[in-house]
Amino acid sequence: MTSRLTDLSVAEAGEGLRTGAFSSVELTRSLLDAIERARDANAFITVTPEIALERAAASDARRAEGTAAGPLDGIPIAIKDLFCTEGVLTTAGSHILDGFVPTYESTVSAKLRAAGAVMLGKTNLDEFAMGSSNVTSFYGPVKNPWGPKDGKDLVPGGSSGGSAAAVAGRLSLAATGTDTGGSIRQPASFCGIVGMKPTYGRCSRWGIVAFASSLDQAGPMAGTVRDTAIMLGAMAGHDPKDSTSAPVAVPDFEAALTGDIRGLRVGIPKEYRIDGMAGEIDALWRQGVDWLEAAGAETIEVSLPHTRYALATYYIVAPAEASSNLARYDGVRYGLRVAGDTLDEMYENTRGEGFGAEVRRRILIGTYVLSAGYYDAYYLKAQKVRTLIARDFSRAFETVDVILTPTAPSDAFAIGDKMDDPITMYLNDVFTVPTSLAGLPGISVPVGLSARGLPLGLQLIGRAFDEETVLRTAGVLEQAAGFDVRPAAGAG
Amino acid sequence: METKTVKDIAFLARMRVADDQLEALAGELSGIIGWVEQLAEVDTEGVEPMTSVVEMTLPRRDDAVTDGRCREAVLANAPDRTEDFYTVPKVVE
Repeated sequence: MTSRLTDLSVAEAGEGLRTGAFSSVELTRSLLDAIERARDANAFITVTPEIALERAAASDARRAEGTAAGPLDGIPIAIKDLFCTEGVLTTAGSHILDGFVPTYESTVSAKLRAAGAVMLGKTNLDEFAMGSSNVTSFYGPVKNPWGPKDGKDLVPGGSSGGSAAAVAGRLSLAATGTDTGGSIRQPASFCGIVGMKPTYGRCSRWGIVAFASSLDQAGPMAGTVRDTAIMLGAMAGHDPKDSTSAPVAVPDFEAALTGDIRGLRVGIPKEYRIDGMAGEIDALWRQGVDWLEAAGAETIEVSLPHTRYALATYYIVAPAEASSNLARYDGVRYGLRVAGDTLDEMYENTRGEGFGAEVRRRILIGTYVLSAGYYDAYYLKAQKVRTLIARDFSRAFETVDVILTPTAPSDAFAIGDKMDDPITMYLNDVFTVPTSLAGLPGISVPVGLSARGLPLGLQLIGRAFDEETVLRTAGVLEQAAGFDVRPAAGAG
Repeated sequence: METKTVKDIAFLARMRVADDQLEALAGELSGIIGWVEQLAEVDTEGVEPMTSVVEMTLPRRDDAVTDGRCREAVLANAPDRTEDFYTVPKVVE
């Protein structure tokens, strides 16, 4: 076991709490101190030390009484600031939610709390989770702890950039994220941690600020595959308050980590070998194939022919749903209000001032593709192509058990890069968006470093509600890669 | 996309866009719309649009009141309120 409490994994810290090597209050204090020292990283929008220490003390009291709940009891975690938290400012990274303090708790954060997890604070994110760099947050960009590189600060990826940076920078043992088109997996790859988007419907969306309701899914971000499995076990489960939450049993995800993938059939989709793919990404992907084969898996080339249309499909469906979901920010019920002489003027002023450039762009695109005369040509067409994309995966999963791809087309880029043209930024999600459109589980596992010394991840995709196979394979990949490099900012 | 179209959809979305930004936005949005139009080349003849992400039947529940009597909680975040009401600019003369 490492000497610094902040360096522990969730599983190691749980062991330390069980054996009495340290208390939850001690563990929580060490992380709160680390957060304080790393203020400059801007990973958190709100830090909640009083709540954290109170819950840590309550956990210690439960342990003393012998009523500790399970593997997360007393474990400090961070919550993406897209989850509503009772009595704690919830911003979604947007100016338009100024001063919004929910009077209720999201189902996922409530489940983590019930499991004894200790909330350290709310992490930064792209505004309304729309972005791949955390640069669109009203609260400013987050610095990736792997930077600076060549004199420039790096993005942590996005939209769950604060959560990824917090885990990678050893400011939190684990964190929640949300993923609509890659917002857990891409930042996990950029920051050298594990991030999983579960099957659509696995975790309740109730109390999560909505972006695109048919795509949004909460998931865990952590340092190891085991920690990810532990977190998912607490976050998942049917919730009557979310009609799209699946009434399926939650398996013991940690027990799925047997390390045995002999005979597993791993699909390698040929369409993911895109034009102009960086040589080091391709090499790492081939290395991943070798690792899984060495562990006894069989790799099979599969075809996902509609992959090339996934991003365009996503950039119709997601903005359309966003324009509808974000109609609720009207300056009447919560958040920012900018005065106007008439009701319409008040709406226009509030929304004109409250939304940032990327959110505004997506609301306009969404409004346009849903407007009279264009609905069939854009939205309906996109939903049909989406059916074809999902069908591609169904066919592939007739012959394979899991699919291996890169997570992102590059390593972390500098803050301010890729801002000239929105589509350049959208291309970050080329490997993660198809999975989201099909509602399937996907995980990013850190497996190596780029030539610039920055982390890179590989993605595993599974059948709907088969997170166990995804996690088991991820565990083998993690073991084979032996990725244990830490960013300088988190070392000490 | 013309600046007039941007102005129209911005009003549909009740979102003020300054006149001096319309031109730049029209360019950006045209770029995105032009890019997504590549979907036109996909043959979707006879393909049903996706309406449910995972295969499950939408559950039904009893048509019964399960929540309520939480007026203060509902109004707690109102940027402006009068007694137990939200306020808006005058809409009826």
